[in-house]
Amino acid sequence: MTDAVSRPADLVGRAQDIRRRYGDTAVTAALWLLIVGLVLWSALNSDTRQLFVNGVVVGSVFALGAIGLTLIYGILKFGNFAHGDLMMLGAYFAFFALTGRVSERPRFDKELPWSLDSLPGAVDRLGDLTFGYGLIIAAVVAVAVMAALSIGLDRLIYRPLRRRGAGIVIFAIASLGVAIAARSLMLIIWGPEPRSYVTGIHKAQQYPFDIRLKTDQIFIFAVAVGLAVLVYLLLYRTKLGKAMRAMSDNPDLARVSGINTDQIIAWTWVIGGALVAVAGVLLAIQAQLNPQLGFVILLPLFASAILGGIGNPIGALTGALVVGIAQEVAVEYFAPGYKSGVAFVILIVILLLRPRGLLGARV
Amino acid sequence: MGVSILPVLEVKDVVAGYGEVEILHGVSIKVDEGEVVTIIGPNGAGKSTLMKAVFGLIPVKKGRITFKGRDVTGSPPEKMVRFGLSYVPQSENAFATLSIQENLEMGGFIRRDGLSERLNWAYELFPDIASRRHERAGRLSGGQRQMLALARALMLDPQVLLLDEPSASLSPKMVEAIFERVAQINRSGVAILMVEQNARHALQFSRRGYVLAMGVNRLEGAADELLESAEVGKLYLGAEP
Repeated sequence: MTDAVSRPADLVGRAQDIRRRYGDTAVTAALWLLIVGLVLWSALNSDTRQLFVNGVVVGSVFALGAIGLTLIYGILKFGNFAHGDLMMLGAYFAFFALTGRVSERPRFDKELPWSLDSLPGAVDRLGDLTFGYGLIIAAVVAVAVMAALSIGLDRLIYRPLRRRGAGIVIFAIASLGVAIAARSLMLIIWGPEPRSYVTGIHKAQQYPFDIRLKTDQIFIFAVAVGLAVLVYLLLYRTKLGKAMRAMSDNPDLARVSGINTDQIIAWTWVIGGALVAVAGVLLAIQAQLNPQLGFVILLPLFASAILGGIGNPIGALTGALVVGIAQEVAVEYFAPGYKSGVAFVILIVILLLRPRGLLGARV
Repeated sequence: MGVSILPVLEVKDVVAGYGEVEILHGVSIKVDEGEVVTIIGPNGAGKSTLMKAVFGLIPVKKGRITFKGRDVTGSPPEKMVRFGLSYVPQSENAFATLSIQENLEMGGFIRRDGLSERLNWAYELFPDIASRRHERAGRLSGGQRQMLALARALMLDPQVLLLDEPSASLSPKMVEAIFERVAQINRSGVAILMVEQNARHALQFSRRGYVLAMGVNRLEGAADELLESAEVGKLYLGAEP
């Protein structure tokens, strides 16, 4: 038994058998049922309710990352392995804009004479949040920097590869190089010690049904959902968004229709870079600033994007919430160290049973 | 048919292909204002390649393409549509994941104004797709998809329309409907350069025709002469129906 299951070829064969025997629709329906069932069960079960809520917050951070990932995949047709590390880099840029701090030598920071936190009242807490308006301006700065950096990386690395007609694997490996470069940059500039935007303790508030939630977490959820809706409106209601979808569907036909695909690619990087920065700042608020965190989060991002159907932003949001909830609720039953294992299992199951993802409509 | 001194589209000694492989070894074709020109020839003659080369989808290695006397050789497709040419590829000629309306909006992407008027115009010309405008194009039947592809290509009010096998893999009834529509488009003043397997049918409503073989011009002439030519009949038209 263990021998048979451990061989990937057997697993693929079995998944194909299942799909053939019960049909694609039935398998999809069963997957949906299973997912909705598990989510509802974890929400209603008093043991896991708190974890469910945490999962929604974690999932909304994943969602912004996964939406960026899926947009870039849709237009440029490659999995961007640098996405997680660029998220963290964006978070560090916001940190730098806010505090002006860089690491001078281990455990000792140099601080610029002026940074956003020198503005009057910039670090005074906004309501029950842990941070002040300084961080919000810092996040906007990070958005601009990451959008520009993304275009720069495209010009420097991806565009020459496109012109050469490089294959998808070359792009993926190139993005892995970008990931390593971004991580090294963070280590060089800010050192390996975890940081956070603010110091001090942040107390959780008590809510009905015995749920404890920090106001920061509500903020994270609201920003993530708000941006996901904005991306949806962009893609389905604006001329640029429709052109992006057209290009994702059929790049040659897009050009034949008069769409300048170079321009669409540039816009995709601007939007992708902006999402990366916001996702990174939210991740750093939720967890911490840590150069290693970007790569750790890459697996759940891919799992989310693929679960929802790669190339589909609504799918990415759905997938991310499911992955976030699954990861958090699993803590009730497994050691927290296995969290990314959960994302990995979801990824494998989806790739075996429904490779185009839950909402992937492309036949 | 309007006759002008300068052809609206002229292809002169064009050499093109994919990468190292040369498919066209010097093809020349011209289209006068308002006329229908059909290119026929066996599989592998380079008919589709010619269309792609004219429209800038593949590089032209030698030769010249002029549109209304202006050299447009090597212009990318997104420029070609701005000059006043339009192109319907043979396959995958609609955005399957976009709605019908969105497909047409993409066809009119570079329009500055009059998009909604043009949409209404297209829906009037193609009532079959008008009733399904919010459905995904991927759900259309082959014939309706071809109608959508034509409508998309007309959104910019082009002067020359390039059609690559508009009747490919359609039912005889649908082929009839498509040709009827193409004739109607031509009557509104759009010159048409068309590649067709359905050679007899296409030549019947063309003014002139070209026969391509092995990437070079083999024959050319008035459509009715080609229809009557023994050589063309034997090689490319098949037996009389």
